[in-house]
Amino acid sequence: MELLCPAGNLPALKTAIDNGADAVYIGLKDDTNARHFAGLNFNDGKLAKAADYVHQRGKKLHVAINTFAHACGEERWKKAVDNAVAIGTDALIIADLGVLDYATTKYPDIERHVSVQASTTNLEAIKFFKNNFDVQRVVLPRVLSVQQVRQLAKTSPVPLEVFAFGSLCIMAEGRCYLSSYMTGESPNTVGACSPAKYVRWQETKQGLESRLNNVLIDRYQEGENAGYPTLCKGRFDVDGDVYHALEEPTSLNTLELIPELMSMGIISVKIEGRQRSPAYVEQVTKTWRMALDSYQQSPDNYQVEGNWMKTLANLSEGSQTTLGAYHRKWQ
Amino acid sequence: MKFSLGPNMFFWPKTDVEQFYNQAKQSSADIIYLGETVCSKRRELRAKDWLALGREMAQDTNKQIVISTMTLLESPAEIVTLKKLCDNGDLLVEANDLSAVQIMHDLTMPFVAGPAINCYNLSTLNVLLKQGMTRWLMPVELSGDGLKTIMTQAEDANIRDKFECEVFSWGYLPLAYSARCFTARSEDRPKDDCQYCCINYPQGRKMNSREGKQVFVLNGIQTMSAYQYNLINEVNQLNDMGVDIVRISSDSEQAFTQLDKFKQQLLTPIKHPLDLEHECNGFWHKIAGMSVA
Repeated sequence: MELLCPAGNLPALKTAIDNGADAVYIGLKDDTNARHFAGLNFNDGKLAKAADYVHQRGKKLHVAINTFAHACGEERWKKAVDNAVAIGTDALIIADLGVLDYATTKYPDIERHVSVQASTTNLEAIKFFKNNFDVQRVVLPRVLSVQQVRQLAKTSPVPLEVFAFGSLCIMAEGRCYLSSYMTGESPNTVGACSPAKYVRWQETKQGLESRLNNVLIDRYQEGENAGYPTLCKGRFDVDGDVYHALEEPTSLNTLELIPELMSMGIISVKIEGRQRSPAYVEQVTKTWRMALDSYQQSPDNYQVEGNWMKTLANLSEGSQTTLGAYHRKWQ
Repeated sequence: MKFSLGPNMFFWPKTDVEQFYNQAKQSSADIIYLGETVCSKRRELRAKDWLALGREMAQDTNKQIVISTMTLLESPAEIVTLKKLCDNGDLLVEANDLSAVQIMHDLTMPFVAGPAINCYNLSTLNVLLKQGMTRWLMPVELSGDGLKTIMTQAEDANIRDKFECEVFSWGYLPLAYSARCFTARSEDRPKDDCQYCCINYPQGRKMNSREGKQVFVLNGIQTMSAYQYNLINEVNQLNDMGVDIVRISSDSEQAFTQLDKFKQQLLTPIKHPLDLEHECNGFWHKIAGMSVA
């Protein structure tokens, strides 16, 4: 099972490889990828350096071109594919059917992975991608329970990749327009959810307030841990009850599912977080490498160690982790 | 230009559904979509009941009846039901997931690509046309400018006559789908013991900010806009652009009044000021969806 780690820049990429990633995924410096943040991602020169670093160490590079191509700018997405192929990417991660069509026709020999943003959650949808674009991998959205992943893995004609750790998106990815409803910009259209330019923090008499495009997302009392106002993780009022109506600030952590994922034949576990620092990437990669190696050395005695959980909890939103949708009760 | 009633996305008792569609028969709609698009646990009407209702409507009226299908399909059982709906023999099907596209293609049957199919550009439109798509609804977050660009490109590519274009123009916008049921969560129940509580909220549950601004509507695993989208002032623009069908969502009986209003607007346009506390049209104008341009 491959350990696939995120990198938002060259230092993070080197850190991931040096700490045990089997493969790294990155994006280009424009809106063709779903982590289009200021100061993040790779221009052409850096892209080539990234490929060299990864390949010299016998590891793999995946390039995410996983937003939806704008009608008046399709060329940009095609050029992103061309650039990724030119530097020798091992795989293209794509969500848009038009971009997939282009990549399939022009570069039939370059591996194509269906991005999580394509929201592929069942066998018939997987067949659609297999039949039309001969994809080599499907990345599953974070909406399936472990039982559902197992069922799918048994019948899927394409190997499956799942999310293992990181910020938890609770909606079927690629099908969530909450961010554009509130700000005009969404992961699908600009490659960012709850974009930072719409965030405002304000100290008030009632406490510290976080706003997104002027909508109050949360209000914190003294001593409460204030997190980034991702709009689905705030506290809202439903008929007088104020609570995290959609989701608490928390991160996905599936260390305890490693034996199950292995037995299902999952081809890759993906760490979320291209927007995170090299220090974050180092800690998460190191911990997951230890866990995967520990399982491989002695599958029957595999146990999640306390210090792994502690390290990961410290790196998590709200310092807490969850099994998310993998665990039926979460749903 | 034609007018359609989109699928009702809420969960209503069977008698209320039947009553609604009895009225729909008498309405001025040219096309009626029906079926469950949100949650497979909602079984006031099962697949066979939706098909029977659709066939009865097709027989009693000269309206086109379309069976709408689920958006987020996760289990093999849901796929079995989807196949039944797709392979119904006579009624057109609206695909809201690529699984339905795959099944319709296997059946070599035409289909409508619903708003939850991510088609943002001409190349994607071409892929769907090759699968058998005959009607396209753009994603709700796409703007009028975006649509105009694609329509012009479709003209230039000589494919504009291969599909009809329909635009979601009135009602609560379907915005997101999750594994989690937010209505069950709002009642502090796990999804597996939801007791079908959505049925107690025929217009979903409003989720407000702590300052009282209406933000979203919780509708089971679906999150909707808290404001009703309203393109009444843009209906002539839609017409000029070559949009074939205007969709009014079946939120409630209000839909019938809106149908008539939209039709009237096409004949004699007047400026309808929108209610800033309850309506929005931002997506069309490429600004925050919740805003009014």
